[in-house]
Amino acid sequence: MNSINAYTIIRPYKVIRNGEVLTNESAAPMQDFLRRLYDQFAGQYQKFHKMDHLSKLGWLATELLLQDMPMTGYAAEDTALVFANRSASLDTDEKYYQTVSDIASPALFVYTLPNIVTGEISIRHKFKGENAFFVADAFDIPMMTAYAQQLLDTNAARACICGWIEQYHEDFEAVVFLVEKETRGVALPFSAEQVEKLYQS
Amino acid sequence: MEKLMADLKAQIIEQLNLQEVKPEDIGDDQPLFKDGLGLDSIDALELIVLLQQHYRIRMANPEDGPKIFHSVRTMAEFITANQPA
Repeated sequence: MNSINAYTIIRPYKVIRNGEVLTNESAAPMQDFLRRLYDQFAGQYQKFHKMDHLSKLGWLATELLLQDMPMTGYAAEDTALVFANRSASLDTDEKYYQTVSDIASPALFVYTLPNIVTGEISIRHKFKGENAFFVADAFDIPMMTAYAQQLLDTNAARACICGWIEQYHEDFEAVVFLVEKETRGVALPFSAEQVEKLYQS
Repeated sequence: MEKLMADLKAQIIEQLNLQEVKPEDIGDDQPLFKDGLGLDSIDALELIVLLQQHYRIRMANPEDGPKIFHSVRTMAEFITANQPA
């Protein structure tokens, strides 16, 4: 039985990890909120400041997820990343489009795909496993759990970080799960019902 | 030259979004890439854009990039030698 061993939820302007509220703030611009999370829980990763908002959000959610869950027992190819969202990279696409009339920004261009967030997470943690990023109107939990289950059950991966990473303008939501074949951490059963329960919490 | 190098440091920090770096952290002769300031290939493109936007200089030969962008001093020397009258 595969197991949810850790999970992180980041929403305006609250952060929950494994059921514990880490931060609960009144309204603040998203950019400032993400920067405060970086200062509080990460830091010392210069590349963070160059990321677009979607990548910052997914990167921070994963950073919090793995803070007390070392992945040292895995080979680089053992950890899969599977995410989904609604707005793809539209927020950055719009910003990039605005630069095209002058000199197109290379730094913005590289973030005009949503799966760049999987790349940023992979670079940070040296993951080289399977990865996918789906775009759909809503978080399709049965599809996401079935996809992750299959990766683990067919030994395509031994661990899977999966979930919903959505951001467009000031709206954002990241709900990510560490699913493993072995149990540790919060050790919740990995099922669509359990993911739905945590997503709605 | 000193004024130009000081301006360049501030422009590099702004253009490359180096939010945890201060101008005084960048040495005049410190390598900008790899073990120096740690810039990457996308940053190199941003430096080319910086030259165009701030100094109206277009690089004729991209192969000269490693020499020109070696340090703040080499960038300043290139700008001084190539700035339009």
